[in-house]
Order: sequence, then C-alpha cells, then structure tokens
Amino acid sequence: MNEFIEAKVTLAWAESPKAAYDVVIIGGGGHGLATAYYLAARHGITDVLVLEKGYIGSGNSGRNTTVIRANYGIPEAVRFYQRSVELYAQLEEETDRWIMHDTKGLLWMCHTESGERAERARARINTACGSETVYVDSAEVKRLAPQVDIAGGGRYPVRGASYHPGGATARHDRVVWALAEGAVKRGVDIMQRTAVVDLLREGDRVVGVRTANGDDIAAGVVVSAVGGHASVVAKMAGLRLPIRTHPLQAFVTNHYERTFDPIVASAELLFYASQTARGEMLIGAEIDRQPSYSSRSGYHFLQSCSRRATTLLPFLRNLRILRQWTGICDMSPDYSPVMGRTGVDGFMITTGWGTWGFKAIPVGGEQMAELIATGVTPDLIEPFRLSRFAEDRVLADRGSAGTH
Amino acid sequence: MSLRIDCPNCGRRNLDEFVYGEIPVTPDHIAGRFERDLDRVFMHDNPAGAVVERWFHVYGCRRWTTVRRDTTNDQLLD
Repeated sequence: MNEFIEAKVTLAWAESPKAAYDVVIIGGGGHGLATAYYLAARHGITDVLVLEKGYIGSGNSGRNTTVIRANYGIPEAVRFYQRSVELYAQLEEETDRWIMHDTKGLLWMCHTESGERAERARARINTACGSETVYVDSAEVKRLAPQVDIAGGGRYPVRGASYHPGGATARHDRVVWALAEGAVKRGVDIMQRTAVVDLLREGDRVVGVRTANGDDIAAGVVVSAVGGHASVVAKMAGLRLPIRTHPLQAFVTNHYERTFDPIVASAELLFYASQTARGEMLIGAEIDRQPSYSSRSGYHFLQSCSRRATTLLPFLRNLRILRQWTGICDMSPDYSPVMGRTGVDGFMITTGWGTWGFKAIPVGGEQMAELIATGVTPDLIEPFRLSRFAEDRVLADRGSAGTH
Repeated sequence: MSLRIDCPNCGRRNLDEFVYGEIPVTPDHIAGRFERDLDRVFMHDNPAGAVVERWFHVYGCRRWTTVRRDTTNDQLLD
C-alpha cells in the first residue's frame, strides 16, 4: 500500500434503521466501533446497529493524544492494556488499513526518591504481568531522549525513568475508520447524526432505543459506548454511575525536526509529550478540575502546561502553539474503566474511559464483543465490572493515568 | 475553559485559586441503608446542565461559596 496516496474510503452508511437488531451500540467512537467490528469479525454477529450523535470519531476518539501503552500499576490493568498493545500492533494487518502505528517506547521520568520507588515498582509489576518495562538511570534517559534537560532546570533533576519499549502511537481517525470499514464490510449498520434520546423499557428490562428522528428500534442488547455523556445515557436506564465528566485539554506546537523519538512523561511534573508524524510536538497534562461537559479550551491550561513542559524540554520554548483542543472524559473514582453488565437486563456499558480510552480501543471492543456473543464476562474485564464498587473491590491506579 | 468564580469576599477570581466541592444528593428512591451509603460514596448525578456546587477559595479568603453553573458551557448562572 502506498503510504501517501490512498484511495478515498467510502462507507455504505445505513440510511434508515431496521425495526430490530440483535445488538444496538450507542456511540460511534473507537469503543463502539471496535465492539461492532469484533462482534462481526470474531463472532459472526452482524445484526448490529451503531448509532452516532455526530460523525464517527467526532467525540473523544478524535480528541485524545493517541498514546498506546500498558505500563500500569496494578496486575488487572497491566494484563488488560498489554492485550490492547498487542491488538493494536496487528490491527493494520487485520483491517488492511494503515493506522500509522508507530512503536516509539515511552519514558516515564521521576524526580524524587518516592517517584523513583514508584517507577521501580512499575517496572517490576509490568514484567511480572507480561509487559516489558525496565527502570533506567538518567544517563540512559539522556541517550533515549537527548532533548530532555536532565538537570530539570535545576529544580526537577531527572533521577531516572521507567522505560516501556512497547509504548506506541497511532493516528486516531484512521483507527476509527479502519474499524468502521471492517464492520460495515461485514454487514454492520452505522448511522451518523442519529442521537439516542431514550431507552425503551419493558418492566426493568431495556428492550431498545428511541432516536431523535422518532424511530423506535428494538434490540436484544443495548450497549452504551458513549464517551462523555455516559451518565446521561445511563440515567435513561435508571442507573447512577460512579462517573464525573471532566474536560481534558492538549495542544500541539508548530513543526519541529523529526528527531524526538520516544514518548516522554513526568508523573510528578504532570505532563507528557510526543512528536506526531507531521512533526508537531503534542503535549498534554491533567484534567480540568471542574466537572463539565464543555469542550472549550482555555488559556490557563496553556500557561501551566507549557511552564512544566519547558522545564524538562527547554527546546519547546522556541516553538509556537499551533492549536489546542478539549475532550470530555468520564472519570471513574478509581481511575479504571467500568465495563460489562449493569444490573439492568439488556443494557451493558463500556465507560469510565477517563483519560485512558484510546489505548484500550481494540481490547475494549474485543472483550465487550466476547461478553455479548457468549454471555460470559471474560476474565480480562471481570475485575472492571460496575458492581465492584458495591463489593469493595475498587481498582485504584491513579498514578498510572498520567493525568493527575 | 478558563472558568472564573465569584467569591463573595474577593470578587471574581481565577479557577486556579479554588478547590471544587460537590454537593452530593442521593435520590429518595434509593432506600436501603447500604445502598444509600454506596451512592453517597461513589455515585454522581453528573448532569449535563445546571448544577449547584461549592467552591473553596483556598488561595484567597479560605471561605466556601455556592455557585450555580451550566455544565454544558461553563457559564455561571444567577
């Protein structure tokens, strides 16, 4: 395939929905489309409808920082995201679409003794759970990323880093389109500009959806793969979720010579940076503190994030900010996703994707598809069930989100 | 969004000076004691629209203030 000249992809969008489907997925972002794709590709279930309020990938799938990694801090999460790293690596071959997947390695730097302990522990737990991460000293950091100021401006000296060679990036809209194309090719219906305004219920059971066009569509199972508005959709099923919606901002600079290889992050200074295929430096940091559905970006973020990023990457001072954007993230209280059954018959969710949703797109879709197809919750996502909060089995992993 | 909060003592100040405080409300239809505790600890109303919330002016007068805000556009309401 020519990497620069590609045929325009035209998808056969569904014009109008059928009266009933086996599976209706609300949300045509990465997770919704991946679920549809794996249902069709792995389980032969093609009587599936994906409903998207805007256009596919217009929500958080198009508003993230495209980092793929598995260097989490608890075994459940490491295993889960490691599966995603592997699925991402084979996605191009599987879908025959170029998603610009690029394995770069990721450096997670620490500046204090406690930070070093945390990164050493991360390396150990990753290795134990099948994901490669090693602790490296500051000389090795300098070798892997020469642009990093090891002295940290004098105030944040780099003691070392956990190095995760599997860290990668991919082009977000290509991922969305590759999955959508794979699903449509196998007979899945995707409707864009079709918002769901209500869930149809029979007693306690969810039996379908009502769209903004006034169509009532019956469904064997309804899956909410909504990003941002998860609480709003869950409310239609009479559910309250442990979710608060917070904006997360990021920005890119103008072009820099393509020499910045790895993804670098600092948990203590709270920012992460990588270079896009176009040569822009992509920089993100923490979520906005107020719960909000507003995707407006603001100056205070640029100011505080730039100050921290330039502390470790002084060359950024010579660059200019090109554009900035905001996604609205479903933050769960333990910084882990919430997936699977909800206690309401016929209604499943895949949410709580907070600031870590993009990296989990293939595994989230694969596991949700398996749950829907077999009726059995796969071991990989069993720990992420909604009922964990009632059972006192929360999966606290705040330090691995990279955004707090 | 560069949200600014009206502090009754200090006037309109930047968001960075404040700490957010949710006013948790457990709906009446949740009856059991355990269920109410669970809801109080973990669950959120998280509405897209008007909310009443508390903000603590930690880098200022160190007092709490009540604010009404539309979460869809971050505009402060009267």
